[in-house]
Amino acid sequence: MSSAPGVNYLNESSGIWSWLTTLDHKRIGIMYMMSVLTFFLIGGIFALLMRLELINPGRLIVDSATYNQFMTFHGAIMTFMVIIPGIPAFIGNFILPLHIGAKDVAFPRINLLSWYCLMVGAAISFSSLLMGGADTGWTFYTPYSIDKSAGGTLLMVLGAFVMGFSSILTGLNFVATTHRLRAPGMTFFRMPLMVWALYSTAIIQIIATPVLGITLLLLALEKLLGIGFFDPKLGGDPVLFQHFFWFYSHPAVYIMILPAMGIVSELITTFSKKQVFGYKAIAFSSVGIAAVSFFVWGHHMFVSGQSAWAGWLFSLITMLVGVPTAIKVFNWVATLYRGSIEFRSPMLYAFGFIFLFTIGGVTGIFLATLGTDVHFHDTYFVVAHFHYVMVGGTLMAIMGGIYYWLPKMFGKMYNEFLAQITFVLIFLGFNVTFFPQFVLGSMGMPRRYYNYLPEYTSLNQISTVGSWMIGAGFFLALGVIIHCLLRGEKAPDNPWGGKTLEWQTSSPPPHENFRETPIVTGGPYEYGSK
Amino acid sequence: MLSLLFGISEASTYMPFQGTALSEQVDSLYGFLIITSLISFLLLIGGMIWFAVKYKRRTANDSTPDIHGDTRLEFLWSFIPFVIFMIVFVWGIIIHKEMRTAPKNAFEIQVTGYQWGWKFNYKSGVQTNNEFAVPVGLPVKLIMKSDDVIHSFFIPAFRTKQDVVPGRYTSLWFTARTPGDYQVFCTEYCGTSHSFMMAKLKVMAPQDFEKWLIENSKLKDLPLADRGKLIVEKGTCVSCHNVTNERKIGPGFAGLWGSVREFADGTKVQADENYIRESILYPSKRIVKGFANQMNAQNLSESELQAVIEYFKAQASNKTSETNEKVN
Repeated sequence: MSSAPGVNYLNESSGIWSWLTTLDHKRIGIMYMMSVLTFFLIGGIFALLMRLELINPGRLIVDSATYNQFMTFHGAIMTFMVIIPGIPAFIGNFILPLHIGAKDVAFPRINLLSWYCLMVGAAISFSSLLMGGADTGWTFYTPYSIDKSAGGTLLMVLGAFVMGFSSILTGLNFVATTHRLRAPGMTFFRMPLMVWALYSTAIIQIIATPVLGITLLLLALEKLLGIGFFDPKLGGDPVLFQHFFWFYSHPAVYIMILPAMGIVSELITTFSKKQVFGYKAIAFSSVGIAAVSFFVWGHHMFVSGQSAWAGWLFSLITMLVGVPTAIKVFNWVATLYRGSIEFRSPMLYAFGFIFLFTIGGVTGIFLATLGTDVHFHDTYFVVAHFHYVMVGGTLMAIMGGIYYWLPKMFGKMYNEFLAQITFVLIFLGFNVTFFPQFVLGSMGMPRRYYNYLPEYTSLNQISTVGSWMIGAGFFLALGVIIHCLLRGEKAPDNPWGGKTLEWQTSSPPPHENFRETPIVTGGPYEYGSK
Repeated sequence: MLSLLFGISEASTYMPFQGTALSEQVDSLYGFLIITSLISFLLLIGGMIWFAVKYKRRTANDSTPDIHGDTRLEFLWSFIPFVIFMIVFVWGIIIHKEMRTAPKNAFEIQVTGYQWGWKFNYKSGVQTNNEFAVPVGLPVKLIMKSDDVIHSFFIPAFRTKQDVVPGRYTSLWFTARTPGDYQVFCTEYCGTSHSFMMAKLKVMAPQDFEKWLIENSKLKDLPLADRGKLIVEKGTCVSCHNVTNERKIGPGFAGLWGSVREFADGTKVQADENYIRESILYPSKRIVKGFANQMNAQNLSESELQAVIEYFKAQASNKTSETNEKVN
């Protein structure tokens, strides 16, 4: 099938049907790319509308009920439809089999099914708009979500439930693929660090996501049949919902950030042409973070009324996650030492990641520390912190990853100059938007606020201006990608001089990835002269 | 360098006024976190930029050394963060323990959160809405519950916060040390008017506090319209309504009495006693044109309802007498 030269996974068959029924992990990856970028556009528009409304206290464009819907849809779309599938399902799908020298993932049909789960779940979530929308925030806290919230809340909950299956199935597929389909010679310690990151992520997806599924199902049963799990009026416990919810949603934070760390490891080594510093430390810290991530959920609940002892324990364990995280950042910086560093846009995004993620990381310690968290909890400090991690971290890595692998995905080069402009706009805009929010949070401004005290106005206005810069950056980035697809110059097989296996096959790769099964004889980053 | 660091620890001036001794402790820990964060950030990002500039690619064939790691270095940058984390962890729980342990002799106030406002009940029988007072220098313990969904009671100047959960009591304590007005926020998302759910805390000298308690206990003896004014203007209503005719979440109140209200379904009614009663007890029955159906039923007693109705009547007659004066 893939014998003829010039035939690749993109042109071997055509028509929309050949895409919708494809079992090729690369095509499924591209379909995820289209969906995720579309959802990102929608979620981003909600964010811009929120920031616009917040330019002044009181009403500017919408009333508070509508604002709360914006807030809910922004949060739910960005978490369930963009950041969670963003790296594993989109970039991971494309790159994992290529990285380990496999022809495809272990279960191609399940892979396609997981894309359909995401789309069906997303459709159900969006359909809630027809039923009055949802206004619970993405966290669905009880008892508000049971009987006080907008009419479409149930559909939003069910949509998230269905999208959970997409995540579970992808995780299952990746674990099986990593164990069973590695090319001859590809031992675990010869795998690219991206694979370690995706593998650790996949384990979290399999273990944690079912808990979310069950929790949302209980919530749906309570809403539909009035069974009292969480509503105190029916004998339930509203705080129990928070335990269940964060038992998934804290590990989910690592579903979002671990694969981003994987991408950064690839970008740093390739663009400094250097053996990675502390391969095993980075690899094991991915697994370590994944393991510890299951025991820190209570740090979202320091003021929920849980016992002081529980608070102390969760604070302690949360501190421990900081250690492997710090190791990774130090190792990336050490990798640069005596490297041959090339300032291409993917590398700029990797630098941006380290810069912003470090701020997101150290402010995480402010929140893990009990004495200070009580003040910062549910203020804009938290909003700033998790945006530094999720946007400054994960989205920066996604952008870097997209530019890095675009030539491999489509066999075309993008415009380097414009791509660098997108970095400058997004990076600066991001700091202008979110840094003032640390100050707002310190001053005491609570999050999820439609209205605020007059003394918070000027910082909110700076933040809103920043959001326009980010918006401009992402629209330009969309333009760069479209321009690359339509007008991009032909890309060589290995434009960056990368050592991992995907660069050893043609751009774009043939249907079964490699014309001959690669035989691996060394580690993934053997740049150095010995 | 040192003065720079102290300058930055002054960044804790971004924190609100220090209204309790405990808030000073929180701010010291915050200052320590800022300084250590800043040092680690400068070290990491400084190193990153330094390396990136120094080892910028010269030729396409630059050769790089084959460095796989360095156990001593790696131990160092795992161990030092670990030690810092343990310091702030212990420091944090010491403060937290104090936050969570109210003195036995604390002055107790019952607090109820509801959509959307705060109710305060004193042992003497005084009840206030969205405003409460405490004496300076006395430990105060708030025993809190919610009538509906989860709320959270946050006093930024005291650096303390506690969720208010339906079906159970939670508590929070503080000893205010400076008289003045303090802001209270709801910090757990609770629906449409979450961001309007604020309260004022008045810290008073003991003798002023006694006076305040007596004044508030005499509320029941006030003329009806005056009592209604307190209920409307110090209560929940103003979270969503202006007392002028400017719209907020709901329509403004000025000139309500006797005016003709037009509803979303096209019907009209002249605002009278029954209309006001219905709008308070069953707000979703008729929605004024141009507004959303967002108001919750308000649980007012019969005598409170009477007082509010008299308040609106008085407003209307004040208006007419004012205009008359101008005409004359």
